[in-house]
Amino acid sequence: MLDSFMSYLGSSVTPGEANNQLWALIYVLIIFAGVSVAVMAMNWLERKALAHFQVRLGPMRVGPHGLLQPIADAVKLLIKEDIIPAESDKFVFWIAPIIGLLAAFTVYTVVPFGPSQAVSDMNIGILFMLGVSSLAVLGVVMAGWASNSHYPLIGALRSSAQMVSYEVAMGLAVVSAILMTSLHGAGLYGVSKLSDGTGTLSMIGIVQAQQEQQVWFLFKFFPLGLIAFVIFAIAMIAETNRAPFDLPEAESELTAGFHTEYSGLRWSLFMLAEYAAMIAVSAIAVTLWLGGWLRPFPTWLSGPAWDFIFALFPGLTFVGLAAIAFLGTVRMPKHSYFRVQTIGLAAFGAVLALIGVLLLGIVIGAKVSDHDILNRTTEGLSNVFWFVFKVAVFMYLYIWYRATWPRYRFDQLMKVGWKVMLPISLGVLIVTAIVGVLL
Amino acid sequence: MNAPTKTDPNALSNLDLETPEKTYLDSNELIINMGPQHPATHGVLRVILKLDGEKVLGTECVIGYLHRGVEKIAENRTYTMFNPYVDRMDYVAAVSNGLGYCQAVEKLLNVEAPPRANYIRVILTELNRIASHQLWLGTHALDIGAMTPLFYTFRDREEILKIFEKYCGARLTTHAFRIGGCLYETYAGFEKDVKNFLAFFPSKIGEYEELLTTNRIWLERTKKVGVISAADAIALGVTGPVLRASGVKWDIRKAQPYANYAEFDFEIPTGENGDTYDRYLVRIAEMRQSLRIIEQAVNGIPEGPIMAKVPKVIKPPVGEIYHSIEAPKGELGYFIVSDGSTQPYRVRVRPPSFVNLQALDVMVRGLLVADVVAVIGTLDIVLGEVDR
Repeated sequence: MLDSFMSYLGSSVTPGEANNQLWALIYVLIIFAGVSVAVMAMNWLERKALAHFQVRLGPMRVGPHGLLQPIADAVKLLIKEDIIPAESDKFVFWIAPIIGLLAAFTVYTVVPFGPSQAVSDMNIGILFMLGVSSLAVLGVVMAGWASNSHYPLIGALRSSAQMVSYEVAMGLAVVSAILMTSLHGAGLYGVSKLSDGTGTLSMIGIVQAQQEQQVWFLFKFFPLGLIAFVIFAIAMIAETNRAPFDLPEAESELTAGFHTEYSGLRWSLFMLAEYAAMIAVSAIAVTLWLGGWLRPFPTWLSGPAWDFIFALFPGLTFVGLAAIAFLGTVRMPKHSYFRVQTIGLAAFGAVLALIGVLLLGIVIGAKVSDHDILNRTTEGLSNVFWFVFKVAVFMYLYIWYRATWPRYRFDQLMKVGWKVMLPISLGVLIVTAIVGVLL
Repeated sequence: MNAPTKTDPNALSNLDLETPEKTYLDSNELIINMGPQHPATHGVLRVILKLDGEKVLGTECVIGYLHRGVEKIAENRTYTMFNPYVDRMDYVAAVSNGLGYCQAVEKLLNVEAPPRANYIRVILTELNRIASHQLWLGTHALDIGAMTPLFYTFRDREEILKIFEKYCGARLTTHAFRIGGCLYETYAGFEKDVKNFLAFFPSKIGEYEELLTTNRIWLERTKKVGVISAADAIALGVTGPVLRASGVKWDIRKAQPYANYAEFDFEIPTGENGDTYDRYLVRIAEMRQSLRIIEQAVNGIPEGPIMAKVPKVIKPPVGEIYHSIEAPKGELGYFIVSDGSTQPYRVRVRPPSFVNLQALDVMVRGLLVADVVAVIGTLDIVLGEVDR
């Protein structure tokens, strides 16, 4: 047991590749917990950011600046009465949210947070990811059908049509990115030293291809990579049923769409699945076009000094967040009523600062002592940080879209999907292939 | 189902809608119930939709969920006592309701409100028109999926409500006017508040427009949606911005000036296509015109009494009167029959929302479910007024 625990520590591959089930399980648990926490954080952030877009304050009462609001919500949902409509198909009604949740979480097995920071490096990683994430539509359709009610049914039908049609454009955009792994043409940054013409479907392989070609696929064959990325970025919003493509749950039309009849825990499973899916598709976009765990400007700002500065970023981010929390503490009203909240916010800031200082300590320690484990930890932290940071940018964009845009109508959505996105992504794919071979 | 066709002499619409042909792929029509508890029916409107997939084949409005018998109440109240009740009809434009009722009774009594009272009335009524349009814009945009305009409009509407609150103590159901004029003199700083509002609000309209007017999705959702031709609109008795967006230049403030609207210089914004987008533009333009009117009124407000000589006990002579004003939503008319006693014999209200709602069926046939929501929003109905 201990042997198998220790044996992995020296390796530089994923637990799946090293065939180490114990570490794979540990990674699975870390990712599951991490995604759940990320969903809760996203819940809070979305409400706060959306509120500030809309000249409101958002949650302010539960904890300092509403920090404990997601926990309060989760507790509320857990203790709510579990209602299953009498006329519903009980088994399907029961299993639908679980399918949705499973589909959303299973994809994380191949999400590469770093070259070895993933559960497994499947050689068909991207196919697996797309395949499993599209299973989510099954949960939606089953929920709508099992509810045995008109609004959920319409919501589910809309949803299935939407998800299926946008998957086509999304798939073609993905293919053009995969094509780029095998084409080491001139691009923007010159010739790569990658093995000649072998592409890869592995998520880790795709990022490594970008590393070796020294170009994020976003900028490769400019503007082809960019167009494919934009296609994917639009399709992934539709795929996750978010504004402005949130037709399946269009509140003003269908009350709540496919989950109208759901409440309490089951409803929260749908929400969890939705947010997990949002993070998952953002992870795909980051992996394929934004260089995954790679830090920005690897060629322009290269050298050990810059490496060190960029390695400081994770720690500095936490210190910065802590500074914001302390600023909030100082600005808290000086009334005894707010004393508990002020102390809570200060404690929260202190925890953040502690994490930041710890991270900075590791990085500086690695720089000073050049110890192997510290070096590897620094690298791992840096990888995970940059990956999460890029995903977080997408999360913010999701909120921004929701605050800005009205909702598309069903036929317009279909028109955009089939008549605009599909031809463009097909064209990009063909042109990418031609350009890649000619250069 | 009898869909109107071009050959049908009674057809209200030129929508050429044939029932789908029967094929082996033919599916059943779906009848769903929208409301009375539904987030987008603006209260307790119930619309029964007949759908073919997502396409609307027909609608039927079921109203009355907010019926309070306002017209019947009038028969058991004196003229003065009935005045606050009218505020509860169109509760987002209570000032307009009060103005219409007070002027109708004044006409019956044959008294004229003094000039200063008229100026105060015009300022408050136009402020109320802006507030009503703001509420419409926010909820309409929310129905179409844009969340943010709602909060922007409510933030700015607050400034108007503050003026109302300072003037008469109430924010929504103001009961601002009395038969014969106004009860309250303007508070100190009233003109300053109004001028402040005039100064800051135009940029706020710009903010709303920035979010919506050229937004691609907004254009796609509103252009050519819920089209009603001028002829149809007139045939259905539609009034207000909905009629004007179809290209008919009909505004009672110009056509039959009441209060002292004849003194002010303003335009009647009209649309061309009669679609949802034009109605949006017309209402936005109306907010700007209202600002113009308020500016002229607040600069030219005369000194003098605010109440005409009205007997303590109002006993109009036997007779009947119809008086209508341009409320934010359209023509608001009061038909009052007096039998010479202290109580009206009959009061009949012609609410704009109720009449405009008739056009819903014509406007949504052949469109999709999502458009029903957009069209209900664009009609700008208030159920308190529809049901009374």
